[in-house]
Formats: sequence, structure tokens, C-alpha cells
Amino acid sequence: MSTLTAAPITAPTIEYGELAPMLIIFGAAMIGVLVEAFTPRYLRKSIQMPITVLSMVGAFALTVWQGVRGVRSAAAMGAIAVDGPSLFIWGAILLLAIVSVLLINDDDHFVAEAAAVPGSAEEDQALSQGGAHTEIYPLVLFAVGGMMLFPAANDLLIMFVALEVMSLPLYLLCGLARRRRLLSQEAAMKYFLLGAFSSAFFLYGTALLYGFAGSVDLKAIATALSTVGGQDALLFIGAATLGVGLLFKIGAAPFQAWKPDVYQGSPTPITALMASGTLIAAFGALLRVFWVALGDLDAEWTPVLWGVAILTMVVGAVLAITQTDIKRMLAYSSIAHTGFLLTAVVATGKESQNANALSGILFYLLAYGFATVGAFAVVTMVRDPGGEAGHLSRWAGLGKRSPLLAGIFALFLLAFAGIPLTSGFFGKYAVFAAAVAGGAVQLVIVGVVTSAMAAFFYVRVIVLMFFSDPAPEGPTIAVPSMGTAAVVTLSAAATVVLGVFPQPVLDLAHTAAQSLFVR
Amino acid sequence: METAAEIVQHSGGVIGLSWLTIALPLLGAAILLLGGRRTDRWGHLLGVAMSLASFVVAVIVFFELLGFGADERRRVVELYDFLPGGTLDVKMGLLLDPLSISFVLLITGVGSLIHIYSIGYMAHDPNRRRFFAYLNLFVAAMLLLVLADNYLGLYVGWEGVGLASYLLIGFWQHKPSAAAAAKKAFIVNRVGDMGLALGIFVIFTTFGTIAYGPVLANASQASQGTLTLIGLALLLGACGKSAQLPLQSWLLDAMEGPTPVSALIHAATMVTAGVYLVVRSGPIYIGAPTAALVVTIVGVATLLAGAIIGTAKDDIKKALAGSTMSQIGYMMLAAGLGPVGYAFAIAHLIAHGFFKASMFLGAGSVMHAMNDEVDMRKFGGLAPKMRITWATFGLGYLAIIGFPLLSGYWTKDGIIEATMEHSPILGWLAVIGAGITGFYMSRLFFMTFHGKPRWEKDAHPHESPAVMTWPLILLSIGSVFGGAFLIMGNRFMEFLAPAVGRPKELPHFAPFSVAGVATLAVVAVGVAYAWLKYGRAEVPAVAPRGSFLTVFARRDLYGDAINEALFMRPGQWLTRLAVFFDNRGVDGLVNGLAALIGGTSGRLRRVQTGFVRSYAMSIFLGAALLVGAWFVVGNL
Repeated sequence: MSTLTAAPITAPTIEYGELAPMLIIFGAAMIGVLVEAFTPRYLRKSIQMPITVLSMVGAFALTVWQGVRGVRSAAAMGAIAVDGPSLFIWGAILLLAIVSVLLINDDDHFVAEAAAVPGSAEEDQALSQGGAHTEIYPLVLFAVGGMMLFPAANDLLIMFVALEVMSLPLYLLCGLARRRRLLSQEAAMKYFLLGAFSSAFFLYGTALLYGFAGSVDLKAIATALSTVGGQDALLFIGAATLGVGLLFKIGAAPFQAWKPDVYQGSPTPITALMASGTLIAAFGALLRVFWVALGDLDAEWTPVLWGVAILTMVVGAVLAITQTDIKRMLAYSSIAHTGFLLTAVVATGKESQNANALSGILFYLLAYGFATVGAFAVVTMVRDPGGEAGHLSRWAGLGKRSPLLAGIFALFLLAFAGIPLTSGFFGKYAVFAAAVAGGAVQLVIVGVVTSAMAAFFYVRVIVLMFFSDPAPEGPTIAVPSMGTAAVVTLSAAATVVLGVFPQPVLDLAHTAAQSLFVR
Repeated sequence: METAAEIVQHSGGVIGLSWLTIALPLLGAAILLLGGRRTDRWGHLLGVAMSLASFVVAVIVFFELLGFGADERRRVVELYDFLPGGTLDVKMGLLLDPLSISFVLLITGVGSLIHIYSIGYMAHDPNRRRFFAYLNLFVAAMLLLVLADNYLGLYVGWEGVGLASYLLIGFWQHKPSAAAAAKKAFIVNRVGDMGLALGIFVIFTTFGTIAYGPVLANASQASQGTLTLIGLALLLGACGKSAQLPLQSWLLDAMEGPTPVSALIHAATMVTAGVYLVVRSGPIYIGAPTAALVVTIVGVATLLAGAIIGTAKDDIKKALAGSTMSQIGYMMLAAGLGPVGYAFAIAHLIAHGFFKASMFLGAGSVMHAMNDEVDMRKFGGLAPKMRITWATFGLGYLAIIGFPLLSGYWTKDGIIEATMEHSPILGWLAVIGAGITGFYMSRLFFMTFHGKPRWEKDAHPHESPAVMTWPLILLSIGSVFGGAFLIMGNRFMEFLAPAVGRPKELPHFAPFSVAGVATLAVVAVGVAYAWLKYGRAEVPAVAPRGSFLTVFARRDLYGDAINEALFMRPGQWLTRLAVFFDNRGVDGLVNGLAALIGGTSGRLRRVQTGFVRSYAMSIFLGAALLVGAWFVVGNL
């Protein structure tokens, strides 16, 4: 427990071994920056890519090893929790990050000269010289490191730092799309402004909670709930504004407005990374704050989250129906899924019940992450002369021209819709079952109804692809690079395997959730 | 040995391989259907080979079965666990006993002959391979029906033959009438099948099993009400499959199928499945006299109805179909009499299988010669042109009217006499039926083969090729000697006894019983009247209007009209009502809901202005809302 009044600052003990997966990522990011500084331009990509992938693979291996060893501790003086959920989330984020990096590695997604004004002569020149920003690799590594730290932070200040470490590189990356530059820059700008705004809420909440509990440590806040009296205003406003910061990151209504714009404008590989990794990380952090710090306050926040969950599901599903852009549709779909996940967050109670809800959420996040990355990978392959063919009308008849690709995309859509034999079914079942066990039956009813609404717009795309006549000058299907092909294949395989043999991963999620969060 | 013998487990020997009889034709069907056009050239030969192979296995099994003592001739060959499911655990096995092996020999024997005949009959059909595939499928399903050792296996076979029948009636589906007939057969059979399914359900709830062995052995312990319910439900199934009143209407239309199909499925084998079901379930009917009585009444009513319909039909196949109905009515009547009738029912069934198949194939041979004409008013005087067909058809004809010493004489006379002892009223009705049979069969025979030719101009009648006449000859041997072989000295009754039990008193037929003499007399009257009207007199080329009785018979006793008035039209009204409700009520609701959500979506979309300031505003308001809500909840 850190109190600011203590006079001599003792050097903290840091368990480097347990934090190794994260440290590797951050270290690799640093090396990446040095590579940018000291190696010639033509070499950079061939150095950055191996560094990025190898560090992630190494971090993943270490995470697995930690999991096998059964590490459950609050490292770095209790500031960073390396426990079951953290390890599962790390593993999931790293897997999805590796897959996303394969997508990012493709040429053609990122701008040649970010500083050039869109449409200017400089831009044309940079394009013709075949320039590319290789800074994206260290930026991605920093973002991934932030994503890992965010859900593991056991202390609100560390969590805030992680939030910024995760977000800042993403703000930048959002603006680096090669095509439709203005849209991309607008997205980056919006994301940054709104992100900063929500970070302010987060920080304000942290401050108020510090005022209430005298500490930013999650465990200390939990203890203070029962010992400190008469400070309800501090507690309530602090918890609520902290919640706003977290709910913004997962994209729950009414804080979802950034998602469609940002998802649409960002380079699609970055969208894939955000839609999978950021969501997982933010959910981890949200759960840690609400279950660890505010666990005994559940009587107060459960009704509030009920409302948020219902609003999120309804807004996501209803608005997705009238979307005409595939990436915006997937963004609204992501909002709806956030709502589905929130139903399980609401279900708190006894420990075993929490463990079930947590394992359901973890499984759902992994399943959804793979389907999302896969879906965005397919999006990158359907191209118009001006870039990706975003408008849904361009997807008409795709099933006739490229049945394999359309079939795989249909698989991802069916997984989003939660159709049995896909991963989405078990994910949805797990969270809804947890919510029912937690007494949130009405919430689940709303969830099922909105799922039905969501199924409509997923299936509509399938109908469009397979039962409409192809557009006369339809989009071309890019011949996928090795990386993209691998991403699509891996994601499709994961979606099917998790849908047919979910048991091993369910068991893993269950084991991870069993210990709950360390306090 | 009044009751049936114990069922013993069996393994090894050829009996152990009896599943081959089913598997071989099934394999044939699979190869022909999956192989597609590649198998066109030799498909028919494979079909015949599979059917013949099945017959050979059946014959060997039969002799192996004869090797056991009479009490050991009910043998079950366990195959596999069909449905292992909690309380309903169905083990699939084959029951080889005198009853089932009789059917197996009939199905594979007559079936093989009809397969061979079809090579010639279907020679010019481009889809001959598919035809043989369906025939093989039928044989496999029918064998499963009679060989299964439990009601579920029977049901699977029952549906299988229904499917094959449907496919074959509609074989020439380019003809709307054939498609409609297939549909009709399927739908009418659905009604019957529902009865069979219900019967099996009640059997399971009552006995806790659906294997023949325990069900039939314990039948006497169930209450009479339950047994009556089961009996009537099974009878409904039997009525559907065997075209008995009130589910008879499909059989006449089923003649739209190729003639070999009419001979095999709609005369010799499938339509007798109902008789098999009743005889197999004997102990149930023995415990339920009411149900048994209903069986006999249905049998008599159908035998009269079929015979009356037969008198007025000018279509040779429809006249024969009416006759089939009528003859199955006789079998059903006998089956309803209990153990005393079982042997006659099955003997008549086998004899009928021979002579009716022979006559149907003969009719096919005539049609083959007359450009597929079926109207008997355009036949006449064919005897000299097609000697073999005439002779074999003639023998079948004599057999069915019960000409002394031919097959039908023995078996039908047995049924009539047994009925006479049971209930004189039914007995005399059966005698009248025999008289009508004499009339309409003679009418059919004279109109076709005798009198002056009334052929169409382009008709050049000729004898059919050997591949078609040889089956006719072989079948007619059965129609001549089959009855005497089975009935004399109660041979068949003794043979069947282990399977169906033996009557307390063996029937003893006086050579000149009242019933026998009366039957011969009325048959003679019928034949004579037919000769006067259709043999000696001129047959008008266009059917006269006829009395209301003729019209009554011609219109199938208004069976279709009744069905249409009672079921079809109310059904159509119900459908229209449902469609109306669906369009206005359900669709209206659904579409309205969809429009509402779509409209909401469209309106909500406008909130997404794209201005970051309004997004920030929404976050701020959301945060205010959250804080407010928190306070409200916290202070509750």
C-alpha cells in the first residue's frame, strides 16, 4: 500500500519473472524505436517484423509457462496482479495480436508519408517512392503492452498509465490508413479527443476514489467500502466517473459514439487489433475494478450496469440494421456484443457464480476476438479501385464470384450471430447462462431479443453475398498474401474448433477464472 | 401346440446371414442411385442379379429352417442395437419363422420374376436404371418389413415400401395424373401410418418393449380395452397399406405406375403388408374380439366394394386393381377369424401373389402389344395373336374365380368355409363376393381376349419377347398348383403353426359342403352372365351410360367424392384460413415490428452526426446520467 505521506521512499521490489511477458513486449518496443533511429530505411521492415512477432511469441510462451506454473500473485508491491484472469487475457491478447500483426505486415494498408497533406504532391511522391512507415511495429508493440498492463493493473494509477500506453499508439495508428486519408485522420482526431475526454473522467474518478479511500489500490478501496462512512458523494461520483472511462473503452452505450467512426476510418488491420485486443483488455480492467474494488458496492452499480447493458445491446443491434458500410456494421455489431458481455458482468454474487460468469466472459472474448479479426481480414481482401469496398452493395453476389471467401465470411457472421457449431454459440450461451444464474433473467431476455435482431443484419449480408446478382463492376478479390491467408485460415479454424470442441478452452477459461482476481 | 412356439436366439449358418437378403437389394439400389448415368448400361442386370441373389439366400435359409424341429423354427438373428435410449432400447434383429420366410420367398421369388420381366417391359424407357433402383429399394424395404423382429423395424420397412411405392407410382412424373396419383397414395398412406405409429406407441407404453417376442407372449395379460385400442390402431395402418375401406381410394389411381410396379407392389406384395401385420399381431387380436370383428367387417366390406368396382371398369389395370382390393379383403377377413383363418389368409395371399402378378404382367404384355392402350373396349379377339399371354392370363383368371382344383379354389374356398363356421352372414356375403368375382373377371377376360377385335387402326398386336413371357409361364405354374400344394392335408397350416399357433379344431372340409357348392354355383352364374354380355354379344366401343349402379361402381363407390367432401374441401378451407391469418395476422405483426425497428434505427442513426462535439456531449450527458443513476440507486 502506497501512501504519499510516507517520508523515505523505499525502492519497490519488482518480480521481474512474473512480469516477464509484459516486459518482453515493452523491451521489444524500445528496440523497435532504436531500430527506427539507427537502421537504414530499406532494412527496417525486415528487422521490425521478426522483432515484433518473436517478442509476441516469446511473451505468449512465457504466459503459458506462468499459467502452467500456476502463478497467482500481486507483483510489484501489489500494483500488478498476475493471476488466472490476467494470464488468460494476456494469452488471448497475444494470440490475437500475433494474428493482427500478420495482417498489419501486409503492404498497402498504411500511408506512405503520414505528414503529407492528403491529395498533395508530397503524398503522390511518397507513394511513388514506395515509402512506408515502419514505426507501426513499435507502436503496435506499445499498444499491446498497454493492453496487457491494463487488465492486470491492481492499482488505479497503474491502470491509468496502462490506459494511456495502450491508447496513445492506437490514436496514431488510426490515422495512418493509406487510402481515404481524410476519413482516417478524422477518425484518429475523434478517437484522440474523445479518448482524452474519457481519460479525464477516469482520472477524475481515480482522484475522487482516492479522496474516499485514501488509496488508489483496488484492495484498499474495497476495504474502505466497509470502514469509511459518510462519504457517499465522493464514492458514488468517483465510481461512476471511473466507470465512464472504462465503459468508454469497451464502447458501451451511451459512450459508444466513437466506435463506428473510428472502426471505419482506421486501417482495417488496426481496426481488427482494436476490436479484439482493446475490447479484451478493457473488459479485463472493467471486471477488475467492479469486482475487486467495488465488489461490495454491487447493490449500487448492478442496476446502473443493467441499464447500460440494455441500452448497449439495443443501440448496437438497432443501429446496425440500417448501416450500409461493412466496417460500420461490424462496429455496431461490436457494440451489441459488448452489451451481451455486460450481461454477465452484472451477474455477481457468490464466488462460484463469479467464477462461472468470468469464465464465460473470457471464453466469449477469445471466440469473439478470433471471429472479429477474421472478419476484418476478409474485409481487407474485397477491394475497389479506391481501396476496400466498404459499401455493402458492393458485396452483392460475392458468393458467386468468390464462394470460398464469402463462405468464410458467412462463417464469421454466423459466429457473431451465435449459431450452433460456431464459437459464438458457446460464448453467448456461457454469458447468458451466467446472467441467468445471477438472476438477471430480464436482461437475458433483452439479450436474446436483440440477438435475434442482430441475426437479421448478419444473415442479410449472407443473403446479399449468396442470393443477389453480382454488381456489374464488382470489387476485385485481392489475392491474399501469406499473412492474410494465414489470418483468415487461423480465425476460421478457431471459430469452428471453438464451436465444435469448445471444452478444452472452456476448461482453460474455467481454471483461469477459478481463482478469480487476486486481491 | 395351440399357441406359437418360443422364439430362440440364433447365430451362425446361412440363417445368420439372412440380413444379406435385405442388404443385397439395398446395395443394388444404392449403387444404381449413386452411380447415376454411368450405370445405365448394366443397371438393370445388376438389379435383377441382386434380387435373384436375395432369392437364393432366402431359399437356402428356408431349407436350413426346415432342418430344425417344428418347435425350433422361430429364430431371431440379433444384428445390432438400433435405438439404445433409456427405457426404449430397441435391438435390431431379424425374426426367421415360417410366416416371415413365406413372405420372403414370395417377395424375392415373384419379385425376381418381375425384375426379369421389366427388362423387356422397360426396354425403351430412358430411365430404366432408376426404375430398377427403386424396385431394388422396394424389395429391400419389404424384406425388412417382414423380417424385422420388432414393430419399429417393421415401421421402418413400412415407410420404406411406402417411399418406393410413391417413387414408382410417380415414375412417369411428366404425366400430371401419375404425379397426382403418387401424391394421393402417399397422403392416404400417411393416415394409415399414423394409426400404425399410434399402435406402436400404445404397445410400448403397455408392454415396455416393442419386440415381437415379449409383446406377443404377454399380450394376454394386457386389458382387453388396451388390446382393442392397439388392434384398431394397427388395423388403421393395415387399411392404409392394403387399400382396405375406408383408405382404399389410392390403389386404383396407383395404376398410373408402370405395370410391373402394379404387379409387384400393388398386387403381389406391398398391399398384403396389412394382412401380414394383422396375422403377425395375432395374439393381440385374439385378446380383443371387438378389434378382430372389425377386421372381418372391413375385410368383407372391402371384398364386396372391390368386386363391385371391378365390374364397371373399362381400364384393364383398374379392373385388376379393384380385384386386388377385393382379394385382399378376403385375406383380411380370414386374418380377422383368428388362428383358424391365418393359414388360409397367408395361403390365399401367396396364391394371389402368383395369379394376380401373372395377370398384371399379362395385362402389361397386352398393353405392350397394343401401344400402351388400357381400355378393354379397344381390345377383343386378342387370343389368337398372343397365345402365351392368353394361356397364362387364362390360368390366372381361372385361379382367381376359384375354378376347381386351381389355386384360388383351394384358398378362397377355405376362407369362405372358415367364415361360414364363424359367422354365416359374413360367410354368405363372401359367397356373393365370389359370384361377383366370377362375373367381373370373366368380363375382363372376354373383353380382352375374345369377341370381335375392336382395335385402334394403328394397333398391331404381337406376342411379347421371351424375357416377358417366361416370367408369365413360371408365375402361372404357381397359380395352377400353388393352392393345392399349400392347402391339401393342411400342409401350410402345419407349417405356419409354430409362428401363428394352430386352431383348436382343425378345419375339416367335406368335399361337397353347402358353402362350397353354393360358391361354385354363384361363380358359374357370374361367368355365364359375363359370357352372355361380353363374350357372345357385341361390346360397344364407347361405354354406355349405364344404370345408376354402374355409375356408382364406375366412380369407385363415390369414394373420391366422399374424401373430397369430408376431408379435401374442409382441409382447403382450413389452409386458406391459415394462409389468411398468416398473411394478415402473423406477417402483419412481424412486418410491423420490423418496420418499427427499422424506423427506429433510421431515426437513431441521425444521432450519429459525425461531429465530435456532439459525441463528447453524449458522453458528458451519459456520465451525468450514470452519476445520477448511481445516486438514485445508492439512496434507495
